[in-house]
Amino acid sequence: MDWSLIFENTLKGFIGINAVYFAIAALGLNVQFGYTGLLNFGQAGFMACGAYGLGMTAQYFEISMWWGIPLGIVFSVGLGLLMGIPTLRLRADYLAIVTIAAAEIIRLVVRSVRFKHYFGGSDGINNFSQSFRDLGNKVGIDEATRYGFSPFRFTGRELWTLIIGWLLVALLGFFVYKLMKSPWGRVLKAIREDEDAVRSLGKNVYSYKMQSLILGGILGTISGMIFALDRAAVQPDNYSRDVTFYILTALVLGGVARVSGSIVGPMIFWGIFTFLDNFMREVADDPIRIGNFQVMDSTDVGPLNFILIGLTLILLMVFRPQGVFGDRKEMAFDGR
Amino acid sequence: MGAERSYSPLAQAARSALAGCDKVPGSRKPDPMLVADGVRREFGGIVAVDVEHIEVQRGSITALIGPNGAGKTTLFNLLSGFDTPSTGTWSFDGRNMAKVASHKTAALGMVRTFQLTKSLTKLTVIENMRLGATGQRGEKWWNGLFSATWKKQEAEITARAETLLERFKLSHMRDEFAGALSGGQRKLLEMARALMTDPTLVMLDEPMAGVNPALKQSLNDHIRGLRDEGMTVLFVEHDMDMVHDVSDWVIVMAEGRVIAEGTPDDISKNPAVIDAYLGAHQGRSLMEEGA
Ligand SMILES: Nc1ncnc2c1ncn2[C@@H]1O[C@H](COP(=O)(O)OP(=O)(O)OP(=O)(O)O)[C@@H](O)[C@H]1O
Ligand SMILES: [Mg+2]
Repeated sequence: MDWSLIFENTLKGFIGINAVYFAIAALGLNVQFGYTGLLNFGQAGFMACGAYGLGMTAQYFEISMWWGIPLGIVFSVGLGLLMGIPTLRLRADYLAIVTIAAAEIIRLVVRSVRFKHYFGGSDGINNFSQSFRDLGNKVGIDEATRYGFSPFRFTGRELWTLIIGWLLVALLGFFVYKLMKSPWGRVLKAIREDEDAVRSLGKNVYSYKMQSLILGGILGTISGMIFALDRAAVQPDNYSRDVTFYILTALVLGGVARVSGSIVGPMIFWGIFTFLDNFMREVADDPIRIGNFQVMDSTDVGPLNFILIGLTLILLMVFRPQGVFGDRKEMAFDGR
Repeated sequence: MGAERSYSPLAQAARSALAGCDKVPGSRKPDPMLVADGVRREFGGIVAVDVEHIEVQRGSITALIGPNGAGKTTLFNLLSGFDTPSTGTWSFDGRNMAKVASHKTAALGMVRTFQLTKSLTKLTVIENMRLGATGQRGEKWWNGLFSATWKKQEAEITARAETLLERFKLSHMRDEFAGALSGGQRKLLEMARALMTDPTLVMLDEPMAGVNPALKQSLNDHIRGLRDEGMTVLFVEHDMDMVHDVSDWVIVMAEGRVIAEGTPDDISKNPAVIDAYLGAHQGRSLMEEGA
């Protein structure tokens, strides 16, 4: 068993690009769910808005990739309005149903043969992120060179995406932190607890919920952009339901209604995930046999990993329901 | 007990203005702040509220009483825009309120509390209070990011909140989560928070429920204090002692209708009220206690 390889990969999982795009999306879910109490199960749909905003600049509009940033944001604001207008006056569960359905509709539309011309069908879109990489080359992080020292070894391409990604995480995290400390954030937190009380004090609850949904959605969009830039590809099936649920899992792991929780949660999630994956692959390489019965082979690794992630979450909920960063005292007032 | 007490000038003014009013359901007031006409609300087959006409005199304390299920809370919900009547019009301070959204009433000066207390348990007491202030610059997200735009206003709001907390004897709980308050303290907090909106009409749905007797007396003083600062108070209450002690005028509802109006003394002697209010002798003894 190659422990140093497992260790190196785990560390990379901890700070890798997966943790970055999860963190930004989790930040968005945190604004919606953690602070405002809005159940958005369609964060993947917002991520697709960002990814396809970038992708379509090459596939359909044939303009500079940078236009994809405002384009994606426009898409996600539109999606937020579309989801919010019919549901935000209703009970919380309606939004949950609509968001999960909307995200699925988006995925099915962008992968359809009918709209292949715009979205590239199930193959998705490739080759649009060269301007982003050129920018990296220009600031001196050459995409082909290898940087770093063991265990932190990255290609220039990875390193550039990581630097931009973590800068964005820091910037957006600070942005959300400031907002939540402001009177605006106070209204959101109050809405999470009791809309009617907030309404009786003269706040337009509907409008605040819409703002929260859209802000969280835009964060999801930015996350989708980072993900697409890293892969240099947009593929419809990267934006399926499970992505939203893994991000939610990571958020709960870190602790809701905490900016730190939405950043560290994804890091821990991917740290554990990568560790288990690597560890079990090593085990499967040299399988343990009991008589004729082989305990594990390599095809078991994937499913087992998710089972263990689920188990981790269950244990967390039992022993530390507030997440890694949550406040136990605050949790104590639930359901009163 | 009422007669010997000395009244503040504003209390005297309210009482003498109301003294000349007819003691019948729907009686006209010299200077009504709140007027409702033909307001009706049904739930399935039940007629919860069917009020032909009511007026609430400006600058007075008006009690709304009636047995359980009389429609008092429903009427509150209708008047404050939290529920929509099937028919009817109502106006506040001369302004037609039928199409005004519930969140806009506070800015116009009308604020309400709820029968089931709605303290925001995961906010601290002081944050609950700050939330009540209207017209906050920092409640716009683009200002939220730049604390320079709202820090000064926040400090003023905090100072006002602290004065109110002092008045309601909640200062020592300032930085606790509201969830750590007792039921009675939450009632107080909700009332104090409503006052943060700087209202001209305060509608309190059972402000005394669950408050201990010693504190009730000081709550009475608070309510009188609101009137003496020029506010109009409409409150729902079951405790006849308290109604008698604090109100200038009483409106009695039963089965959705207004069945009697008058000064507290009139009401506690009105046999129709005694019968309708609690029915049996049990009710009578309660009313006599109050008288
Ligand atoms: N949301 C609702 N759905 C169905 N019926 C309702 C609803 N709200 C109130 N009612 C009915 O309307 C009637 C009046 O209720 P309301 O709560 O206004 O009474 P109340 O005078 O406030 O009573 P209490 O003194 O017990 O608070 C009751 O018969 C009640 O069952
Ligand atoms: Mg009631």
